[in-house]
Amino acid sequence: MSLKKIGERTFKLNNPPSILGNYSIVGPKEGDGPLKDYFDEILEDDLWGEESFEKAETKIQEQTIRAAIENANLSLSDIDLLLSGDLLNQIVASGYSARGLSIPFIGLYGACSTMTESLAVGAMFIDGGFGDKIVCATSSHFSSAERQFRFPLEYASQRKFSAQWTVTGSGATILSAAGEGPFITYVTPGKIVDPGIKDASNMGAAMAPAAIDTLISHFKDTGFEPSDYDLIITGDLGIIGKSIVMDMMKEEGYDLEGIFTDCGAEIFDPYKQDTHAGGSGCGCSAVVFNGYILKEMKKGRFKRVLLAATGALHSPLITQQGESIPSISHAVTIDINRI
Amino acid sequence: MDNLNNKDYQKFVEEKIPKPTYARNIILAFLVGGAICTIGEFIMNYLSNKGLDEEAVSSATSIIMVFLGALLTGLGIYDQIGKFGGAGAAVPITGFANSIVAPAMEFKKEGFIFGVASKMFVIAGPVLVYGVSSSIIVGILTILFQR
Amino acid sequence: MEYLKAFIVGGAICVIGQIILDRTKFTPAHILVSFLTLGVILGGVGVYEPIAKFGGAGATIPITGFGYALSQGAIKGAKANGIIGAFTGGLQAAAGGIAAAIIFGYIMAVIFNPKTKN
Repeated sequence: MSLKKIGERTFKLNNPPSILGNYSIVGPKEGDGPLKDYFDEILEDDLWGEESFEKAETKIQEQTIRAAIENANLSLSDIDLLLSGDLLNQIVASGYSARGLSIPFIGLYGACSTMTESLAVGAMFIDGGFGDKIVCATSSHFSSAERQFRFPLEYASQRKFSAQWTVTGSGATILSAAGEGPFITYVTPGKIVDPGIKDASNMGAAMAPAAIDTLISHFKDTGFEPSDYDLIITGDLGIIGKSIVMDMMKEEGYDLEGIFTDCGAEIFDPYKQDTHAGGSGCGCSAVVFNGYILKEMKKGRFKRVLLAATGALHSPLITQQGESIPSISHAVTIDINRI
Repeated sequence: MDNLNNKDYQKFVEEKIPKPTYARNIILAFLVGGAICTIGEFIMNYLSNKGLDEEAVSSATSIIMVFLGALLTGLGIYDQIGKFGGAGAAVPITGFANSIVAPAMEFKKEGFIFGVASKMFVIAGPVLVYGVSSSIIVGILTILFQR
Repeated sequence: MEYLKAFIVGGAICVIGQIILDRTKFTPAHILVSFLTLGVILGGVGVYEPIAKFGGAGATIPITGFGYALSQGAIKGAKANGIIGAFTGGLQAAAGGIAAAIIFGYIMAVIFNPKTKN
């Protein structure tokens, strides 16, 4: 018998974990964007002294995790579990950064939804009493993602207007059984939704229906209205996906005007930075959450936030075989009160 | 949302995507492609005046243009030309050189055999496969139609 | 005058490529493959020759011109040496460009590293 499930698929956490610490590191381009003042560390060089972009991403994630633990005034030995994932094949950035940390590690793959996937799983671990201190982290890197999913960096091609820009960066959050908040109070895991989009340079449109599906279930299950939230924010739908969510949610009877935005639509300035439809990647929601959202919550601007990171669970191989892009969105409620 | 089928959704999405700036793209492709070909014409003329025969001029021009495309790719300039000129940069033989050098550089960290040497053909390989195969067919048809 | 012709013919071929790029799901790699094959076919049926005569480098520098060279080589080889020539002629005619692409590609990869885009 499930004690904590409400409605169709939302989990209400009776012992909501508190966010004890958080950290974000971003690349130079993100550090030049509209949210630059919120990030803890901005790299001048996205190779960060490493030989390859994959190794640079690994270093970024490991350093972010270390700094987040420090930010929570803890040491590595206090951590019960590390939950992390990334976009690289076999989530190597996470595996190799965990190699340097030597703490229990469970790797996750949720593509760009990994930030809320790790927060959701971590929160349930703590609520279930399996640990006291858990690190939830993810990362992405423009140049390592570009070569895995698209073209070589020096290849002469034009980006489509629907294309998004993978965020270079990593965010880590420390969850704790005890603390002053903000707390993670509800978790709504996503279902795979596939609207049949096959164009990998149109990810916002591929993922938007998954976000809508999760948001609607969340509202139905919890009884919350959009206006119960100060901010509802999706992960990396970008400008086009954000507009799709706005329109389709309105058709479903949910007016998100003024409350809703998307991390990918906020992180870059599309005109000045030529990022077309906005940011994407695991790092997108990770740095916006650990940078912008948590800092604004601590200032008191947001009291209750619904974060719904979005992920496209395809690979270049299977899209070449003609498959469409299946997508997912996991939502977590972050509240300054325990409820 | 349940009553929205994939076809309607895709139509709805298409309307959300800003249209490419067709006129601007075409003009830039024309200017960049035209300029690259004019440089080729200049090289051809120069070599002809040096007294090379037609075939040698053609081969030497290709070699020089490929070198220029490869060098500009290495210097990180050709991708900028491509972003600006689109097909104007992709269609000339310098674009072919770019399609070889870009992946070769990119995969250097994976070694010189399975990285550089193997990946340099990810885009150029299909070009050679179809080009060479179709030329052989043209050659065979020539023989058949001669009889 | 011949520079102007080269500019216009070369520019026009690139414009066709640009229209396909903007209107379809084709990538530059698709354009390269299909234009080259198109050049071979147009060369084979004798349509490309007048374009090359008129446009000079404007017709030979685009990848279609590379295809044209392949087909002219194959035809010449077939006429001179029969079936063996049909096999060897195309690559012989295009050998300079291909060899250059391989060696310069390798050298550039050894010397330079890719730079992150901004």
